[in-house]
Amino acid sequence: MSTTDDRPPEQPARSDRNHWYWLLLIPIIVPLLPMLYNGTDPTLWGIPRFYWLQLLFVVLSVVVTLVVYRQTRGR
Amino acid sequence: MDVKVTELVIFCILFALVSVLGFVASRWRRPETMEHLDEWGLGGRNFGGWITWFLLGGDLYTAYTFVAVPALMYGAGALGFYALPYTVVLYPIVLLPLVRLWSVSHVHGFVTPADFVRARFGSSTLALLVAITGFIATMPYIALQLVGIEAVLKAMGVEGKWPITIAFLILAIYTYNSGLRAPALIAFVKDTLIYLTVIVAVIVIPAKLGGWDAIFSAAGAKFSAPAAQAAGSGLLLNANNQLNYITLAFGSALALFLYPHSLTGVLAARSRDTVKRNMAALPAYSFVLGLLALLGLMAIAAKIVPVGADPAAGMAGDRNTVVPLLFDWAFPSWFTGIAHAAVGIGALVPAAVMSIAAANLFTRNIYTEYIRPSASPAEEARVSKLASLAVKFVAVILVLGLDTQYSIDLQLIGGVIILQTLPAVALGVFTRWFHKWGLVAGWAVGMAAGFWMLWTIPNPATKREHFGGSAFKLSELGLDTKWTIYTGFLAVTLNLIVAVLVTWGLRAGKVPDGVDLTKPSDYTAEQGDPKVHDIPELVGDGKTSST
Repeated sequence: MSTTDDRPPEQPARSDRNHWYWLLLIPIIVPLLPMLYNGTDPTLWGIPRFYWLQLLFVVLSVVVTLVVYRQTRGR
Repeated sequence: MDVKVTELVIFCILFALVSVLGFVASRWRRPETMEHLDEWGLGGRNFGGWITWFLLGGDLYTAYTFVAVPALMYGAGALGFYALPYTVVLYPIVLLPLVRLWSVSHVHGFVTPADFVRARFGSSTLALLVAITGFIATMPYIALQLVGIEAVLKAMGVEGKWPITIAFLILAIYTYNSGLRAPALIAFVKDTLIYLTVIVAVIVIPAKLGGWDAIFSAAGAKFSAPAAQAAGSGLLLNANNQLNYITLAFGSALALFLYPHSLTGVLAARSRDTVKRNMAALPAYSFVLGLLALLGLMAIAAKIVPVGADPAAGMAGDRNTVVPLLFDWAFPSWFTGIAHAAVGIGALVPAAVMSIAAANLFTRNIYTEYIRPSASPAEEARVSKLASLAVKFVAVILVLGLDTQYSIDLQLIGGVIILQTLPAVALGVFTRWFHKWGLVAGWAVGMAAGFWMLWTIPNPATKREHFGGSAFKLSELGLDTKWTIYTGFLAVTLNLIVAVLVTWGLRAGKVPDGVDLTKPSDYTAEQGDPKVHDIPELVGDGKTSST
């Protein structure tokens, strides 16, 4: 990956250095920002934003993790 | 309170069914011999995607969680919802550390986190500290599973300690017999029942209460009382507890996979790919946990009064009973029996995995390390089986002999202390930069600071001066603010700072460090790659390494 890398040429085929892993920061940071969800409006079927939006973050986490899994599979 | 016969009969039938499953499990995916720690303690290290999903889900989302999180919502509102962001940020955080730990454990045959630390940092002292920390953190967690069973039994009108003692006795015998295969098989039943119960509950109960609007306005009305406001309760977070909310979620996420029982489920997986794929599939349980938390607010709208509560006399009662009582209020008795069984069986899976993990810690990091270094894998399996019995025995004593509140306090402390193994275990899979004595120093400071902070926290609701919670007031440090922060987060930050400073000092003073027995390529190994112990086993040694 970097030019200063002086590992022997028979380095392992697999590596955990992959830009796709940085995507995982999104579902780590977003649920830890209370200003996004600490409010009532808009409500969804009578459920305040605080509750439905945080439940929606589960979907965000699954989607991002799946993308990362697919892109780094077997590496 | 009268005993509810229909509910109790259904509960007992399902309980008996899973007990049979627990015994039958020893024949499931039957190995050539059970006389090996990899077989008894890790189910043969061969679980595929589905089994791993059910086992980890059944292991991480415990019965105590199922009663305590809604109970917290019932009492405090929004703050109790931290369990959701906690289990959302969890999987993206642990994905890389876990696959790397799986790989290096696969290559070297590690069974416990302390095994890894010993090989990585070449320090038996550090490994012992990690093992003891894991052991102490796990014990009260097992005891709390009994509290989960106790809550549903109370709601069915069964009082006393003897029913949970019998339940644990049965659990102890089939875990002894079948090892990790027992909870893995029972997890299928447990998780199915939980999903069924929660889905039915979130459809039936809001309809019965007149919609989500009615639920949130009832809860809002309860939390608008001046006393509730003063305690920081509410449908939303207030200015002072937001930092606590996110540090509690983040810190708990960092801690969960440091618990030995979580790693047991991971190391039992067949391949690195199985572990990684599960990180995308496990959040399904988080969604269920979020819905389950909302049951606490539904209990307010349904005017559920906890067992033993007397508002006139100012007694809060046992809030852990609100969810079982809500089921009782909302469902016909046959379905309440199923729902109660879901919680009761939900206690068995984690309790079994935790006792196996604690037993493996004792065997690998104390018995084989200090008492019988020549122990064969068969002897290790025998010792671990006996240790699992001892562990459950102690857990029962904890519950019988001490007030439940002590188990809750101990579990609170457990979460803070297990975090102190983070630099050695979780950062250790990425870097060998830390000096072994730097990590020991960081651990010691983190432990001391964590205990001190927990000790300063009072709980006005239960009129206790110490160990009243994990929200540490920053004003205790002389800061002019009403903000609170999660104790574990602060303690592990301190731990890291000390570990870095001491490592710098020791490196400058050229103090000799331990030898790293692992190679960079070990951390990316996949199923089928050569293992270190393949060769010694051919010559009849069978041990990972003798250095």
